[in-house]
Amino acid sequence: MAIPAQAPPADEVVADPVPPPKRRRSILARIWGVYAIRRIVYALSIVWLVTTGTFFMIRAMPGDPVEVLAGKLSMSGLTMDVARVRAEQALAWDPNANIFVQYFEYMGNLLRGDFGMVIGLHNTSVLDHIMKYLPWTLFSVGLGVVIAILLGMGIGMIMAYYRNGVFDHIMSAVASTLSAVPNYLGAMALILIGSTWLGLFDFWDMRGRISIGVEPGFTAEFIGDALYHAILPLITYAFTITGGWMLVMKASTTEVLGEDYVTVARARGLKGRRIGMSYVGRNSILPLIPQVALAIGTLVGGAVIVEKILFYPGIGELLIGSITTRDYPVIQGVVLILTCAVIFTNLLVDLLNSWIDPRIRKEGTST
Amino acid sequence: MSSVDVASRPQRTASLVWRGLTRSPSGFIGACIALAVMAFAFIGPLVIDSTNPSNGDKIWTGPSAEHWLGTNHQGKDTLIKLIMGGAEPLLVGFMAAFIAVGVAAVVGSLAGYLRGPVDTVALQITDIALTVPGIVLMLVITAMYRQISATTVGIIIGLTTWPVLMRSIRAQVMSLREREFIEAAKLQNLGTLRIVFTEILPNMAGYIFINFILAINNAIYALVGMYLLGLLPSTADNWGLMIQESWATSAYKDPDAFLYIFMPLAMIIIFQIGLVTMTRSLEQALNPRLREH
Repeated sequence: MAIPAQAPPADEVVADPVPPPKRRRSILARIWGVYAIRRIVYALSIVWLVTTGTFFMIRAMPGDPVEVLAGKLSMSGLTMDVARVRAEQALAWDPNANIFVQYFEYMGNLLRGDFGMVIGLHNTSVLDHIMKYLPWTLFSVGLGVVIAILLGMGIGMIMAYYRNGVFDHIMSAVASTLSAVPNYLGAMALILIGSTWLGLFDFWDMRGRISIGVEPGFTAEFIGDALYHAILPLITYAFTITGGWMLVMKASTTEVLGEDYVTVARARGLKGRRIGMSYVGRNSILPLIPQVALAIGTLVGGAVIVEKILFYPGIGELLIGSITTRDYPVIQGVVLILTCAVIFTNLLVDLLNSWIDPRIRKEGTST
Repeated sequence: MSSVDVASRPQRTASLVWRGLTRSPSGFIGACIALAVMAFAFIGPLVIDSTNPSNGDKIWTGPSAEHWLGTNHQGKDTLIKLIMGGAEPLLVGFMAAFIAVGVAAVVGSLAGYLRGPVDTVALQITDIALTVPGIVLMLVITAMYRQISATTVGIIIGLTTWPVLMRSIRAQVMSLREREFIEAAKLQNLGTLRIVFTEILPNMAGYIFINFILAINNAIYALVGMYLLGLLPSTADNWGLMIQESWATSAYKDPDAFLYIFMPLAMIIIFQIGLVTMTRSLEQALNPRLREH
């Protein structure tokens, strides 16, 4: 809402008969001057770049879907040549066409929201196929991040209030240890100690997304079961980033606590709770917002490994599987969606930040 | 005057590093842990007898006087496998970190010092690299070229992880280039490369060192991850492979296999915790502003 109001003030001085040439800006330049538009165009161009890059990169690498599919078909007794022809016919595109023709066809379809068809599965569009996996990853990573942030911020603030106390020292040690443990190794250690050694929970039973026989739907049984199967990924995502959040929140709060306005608020005799919430809390959380985007970006990548270890069939599982069969449309779809997740979180955070702190919107400070 | 200054600067960093490590107990312990793991992985193989025959009678046995950590699914001694398996992940980690930090330092300092087109191009590259999840890129490359060696993966890791560090080095160089001693160096006509690499970069030696250590951690994270996904060839003994094998064959369900999976896991985790604790103390020693908090 505040963003379009950022019209260049120079153009309002129309009364000036001979405006200095530097100040005359075309309508395009003025649109470009709006921070939000600049930022969105930039994000879209990166999406395009990644899509193009992936398209040519995976085709330049060894192996292709025809080979994989033909190999599979020849197992059922077909000769290799017949199998190759059959495999080529099974693809939704012509694999022998010029690569640029293929590229423009793919991009054209993409613009219409068509990600292509899954190879080897009859009549399944890539988007539908991805949507079978993506919600589970989003659910586990998203909830994990939320838990970590709330927990990290709460503990971090307490640490800053009582800094150099016993709590601070213990939690600092805990936080740096936690943030040092790679998430998937932490998950494995948890399973080995908790399930194999101590028998506190049954990992064998917790694999997968839901138990066999549980119907998806808005029932307590389904939600409970989904949560039960998501516990391990959740703990893995949450615990390994909570440590880092505790430390940054402590640093940020410590800085805010030293500000004059906090001292003044204290001098005015405001209640501790009110100072904590509206004076310290808000101001120390603001600088951390950009880091949420960073946290999600790192986790989305790491999720591929964590899901494999925990046998949680999410997007990571899909990516690895599609690389094995060289299923180009699926690989591209997954990479595109993972990248978009990171790029658009970044975009959202940047816009949010520029709305909170108008100084960012000024041109030339986009570093 | 200036040359004396240059000569003393790296030394000052070295002594700060030393002080940071010895004065803070946690930093000292962290460094000791990291060194112990490195000694275990690099000196261990020289000391022990590496012949490790498989033994069908001793599959998945528990710890005994003969086999301190028990045996694995082939009846091989777990301890010997553990000692032999550390060198590769650590070396690849060092190599990847060296590449990442090297590229970041060179590109970052040149971009920050020269500005102009070099800077713009470098910034664009990092902007893209920062928004594309790096591990996804690595994964696609490694999985496509199936069975490439761990060394190649190390190079790939190094080449895909430098942009983050390059940004902060660039920012620091941009503030350093406005200082008087750089002004003085320019007046002496020392030449761009000499100014950047002997006048500016040594000031950041401590910072670069810390990031080198963190880069080792990230590289080992990525490398072991690739092993766990089963994307790398099973060659010699290797911690990543020990874990991957046991996970793929569901050996983790077997309490007898506990030590065989847990030990390599613990070695990697301990090494990473050691390095991170060490860097935290170093940060405090090298960054005076942090000391107050």
